[in-house]
Amino acid sequence: MKDLKNRNIDIWKAVSALILVAYAIFLLYPLIKLLYQSVLVDGSFSLGNFTAFFSQRYYTKSISNSLKVSTLATAITLIIGIPMAYFYQMYEIKGKTLLQILIILCSMSAPFIGAYSWIMLLGRMGTITVFIKNLTGIQLPSIYGFNGILLVLSLQLFPLAFLYVSGALKNIDNSLLEASENMGCSGVKRFFKVVIPLCMPTIIAATLMIFMRAFADFGTPLLIGEGYQTFPVVIYNAYFAETGSNHGFGAAVSVIGILITAVIFMLQQYVNGKFTFTMNAMHSIERKTPHGLKAFLINFYCWFMVGLAFLPQAYVIYTSFLKTSGVLFLKGFSLDSYRYAFTHLKKAIPNTFTIGLTALAIVIVLAILIAYLVVRRNNIANKAIDTLSMIPYIIPGSVVGIALAMSFSSGWLVLTGTVTIMIVALVIRRIPYTIRSSVATLQQIPMSIEEAAISLGSSKLKAFFTITVPMMANGILSGAIMSWVTIITELSTAIILYNLNSVTLTIATYTYVSRGNYGVAAAYATILTVATTISLLLYMKVTGSKEISF
Amino acid sequence: MSVNIKIRDAVKKYGDNTIISDLSLDVKEGEFFILLGPSGCGKTTLLRMIAGFNSIEGGDFYFGDTRINDMDPAKRNIGMVFQNYAIFPNMTVEKNVAFGLKNRKLPKEEIKAKTDQFLKLMKIEEYGDRMPERLSGGQQQRVALARALAITPDVLLMDEPLSNLDAKLRVEMRTVIKEIQNSVGITCVYVTHDQEEAMAIADRIAVMNGGEIQQIGTPKILYQRPTNLFVATFIGRTNVIEGSLEMKDGEPYLVLPGDYKVKLEKVREDEKHDQKVVASIRPEELVVEPEGKDGLKAIVDDAVFLGLNTHYFVHFLTGEKAEIIQESQIDSIIEKGTEVNLRVKTEKINVFIEDGSKNIIEGVVNDYDVYKKA
Repeated sequence: MKDLKNRNIDIWKAVSALILVAYAIFLLYPLIKLLYQSVLVDGSFSLGNFTAFFSQRYYTKSISNSLKVSTLATAITLIIGIPMAYFYQMYEIKGKTLLQILIILCSMSAPFIGAYSWIMLLGRMGTITVFIKNLTGIQLPSIYGFNGILLVLSLQLFPLAFLYVSGALKNIDNSLLEASENMGCSGVKRFFKVVIPLCMPTIIAATLMIFMRAFADFGTPLLIGEGYQTFPVVIYNAYFAETGSNHGFGAAVSVIGILITAVIFMLQQYVNGKFTFTMNAMHSIERKTPHGLKAFLINFYCWFMVGLAFLPQAYVIYTSFLKTSGVLFLKGFSLDSYRYAFTHLKKAIPNTFTIGLTALAIVIVLAILIAYLVVRRNNIANKAIDTLSMIPYIIPGSVVGIALAMSFSSGWLVLTGTVTIMIVALVIRRIPYTIRSSVATLQQIPMSIEEAAISLGSSKLKAFFTITVPMMANGILSGAIMSWVTIITELSTAIILYNLNSVTLTIATYTYVSRGNYGVAAAYATILTVATTISLLLYMKVTGSKEISF
Repeated sequence: MSVNIKIRDAVKKYGDNTIISDLSLDVKEGEFFILLGPSGCGKTTLLRMIAGFNSIEGGDFYFGDTRINDMDPAKRNIGMVFQNYAIFPNMTVEKNVAFGLKNRKLPKEEIKAKTDQFLKLMKIEEYGDRMPERLSGGQQQRVALARALAITPDVLLMDEPLSNLDAKLRVEMRTVIKEIQNSVGITCVYVTHDQEEAMAIADRIAVMNGGEIQQIGTPKILYQRPTNLFVATFIGRTNVIEGSLEMKDGEPYLVLPGDYKVKLEKVREDEKHDQKVVASIRPEELVVEPEGKDGLKAIVDDAVFLGLNTHYFVHFLTGEKAEIIQESQIDSIIEKGTEVNLRVKTEKINVFIEDGSKNIIEGVVNDYDVYKKA
């Protein structure tokens, strides 16, 4: 009996050690290497790379550009998303299940697809631009630059604000709203004085999440930004502009990127610390059926915004079936784009699934193990794992890519150009989110259930895997679907690490967009949308739930 | 300022489903009025109609002379205590109590003074800066009550406010609620399914079942002269025994199992005829007679000593079971299996017509009768 107990402890210690080693190799080493490279000029220590960055307006401007566009985009997403979530939870909206599915699909597509679709619609030769010009002679304002980035990011990200705040609203007990109404506070006043403050912790979390996504997004400004330089584009260019093994400047820019996001993260933590309350709804808010003008306005608002957000995807799907000649769209329909897509970059589809599923499996197993270590076995080593696991949360995707590329392109472990490094990158990128949700799920499960199993003669390890893990399954599953979709639509890290052997659907789409071959790009993008939709429907079928929460 | 509540012919429907039909009710000014009934009887629905959270499909609701049917809940000047307290988790205790006052745009000093006054009244003044999460259930209850009263409402509505507390705290808090209601002198409508709680604090109780009011009356009337079998069984414990009423020499006799006959004194004139009846005999209305005396024969199945009283579980020779409560005696408890003779306290028991819908004993007072349509 005693032996058994000791062996169990050893198994978990071994797990801790293995995870720590993995983090050391794939996270700490690349980050240290990045830092080392950034202060190395011609083989000796120097801050030259940093001074070079800050002395050029071109570079510093990109930071303020990024901050400006991300802040505004975040604000707009909240302004659009929060009222919509409020309407959605407070009132019966026509076709609300379809609405929800569309919103989730919008939040899951890769942002750059939105960007190129808007270019096709509102760009210089865009369908709508040309149509309006021919009809009225009015030249629509340019979609390129700041406005375009803001439009694409806002429409791309407000579904996230919607989903987050919807989740928070579901946790508000109906009696809180009634109590407020009872004390003379209802309608719009109640929305601002009671509902918003109650959702504040979620709104803050959503703000950070949305801001980070907007700030790190790389595809959108690259496609639609034109002259408007943003920071992720600068990182990408800095890395690829340099040749040979001297990546000093790219590394320095990456380090600056990490510092900026770290500051934002700490700011969020500080603000979040001011809201420490939890909610648990006994009776959720009851949806009311609106009447008259109010009903029309609410339905119109929700469907109009979702329609606008879904328009780019719908248009991409439409163009994928158009006849093409080279890079031009012709009248009439055909499947040529698909034929081309399936015969070129053949590996993209199988790669997407092998890379995605492998990364997902590793993420889930690691997240369960780490959650267990952090929640149930609190010691220094496991605290270190907890901290390490959160680091990627604040590192922009392209920086992860650069750090990995620098570290494993030569020397003792060469991985660049392999499928492995793609998987490693995706695991690192995605794991903080999955760990957070697994930890939260595990904390809800009382230790006594495991203890009951142990008292009935099960070993600790067995108790964990046969009792606790199945109980965590629901939480893990809902986290997994989100991970899966973000993994298959990941661009910013993959674009730095891929080669012909490890190309994925997202990269394939991007490649053909940047070549101007919109038909083929649309075909790839449509395949991606179909994969996402199927994943989503599968999830709903499996969990029997009509609503998705993060 | 407290008001009376007048409800006439209230109707509540969910779709085609009628939950409450033609319900009328008067709550007097300053009265502690309780809606009592099993779950699903419509008591909470009715309370929420008064509060304005449920729509009213028919009838009229008045506060004093003001019809409130279409008045916004925010304008009804109601204090409400919810089952789960509904304390805003993101505000301190003090801010919770001040919330309603702030919405009335009172001057700052007045808000402060009122908040302090009610925090003190509810004995929670030292927790003013605390977040609700760090309060016990009883303290949260006090916050909810202080918050509801701070706005000096016309009416205080409470929806099972004690159901989330443990047994001991429940007894403590119901005393607090009664005292506060008394000292503030506010009209109070209170919903509960706990008849003991209702008896302890109500001026009057309306017993509801299936969306209909069965009887309105003081706790004493409801217990001693229930209008029908439902009220008799719902309020307090009782033994329901089938028997018959027999007229002999112009006098009514109750015939119980085993042909045991007792004369009934106060049978209503119009019910004095031979008929099948159901008797409701409370455990304390059966007395174990000393040996040798004649009575209703029963065999003791079990005895439970509870200090003040001893409960006996018996069955009659016909097999029906009953419970008896006796004041505990210093000598030994009656052994299991013993045959005993029971005397029935005929002046206290209630007898109903066969279907249990009507009490045939005189002295039933049902305030609800005035609303019944001919």
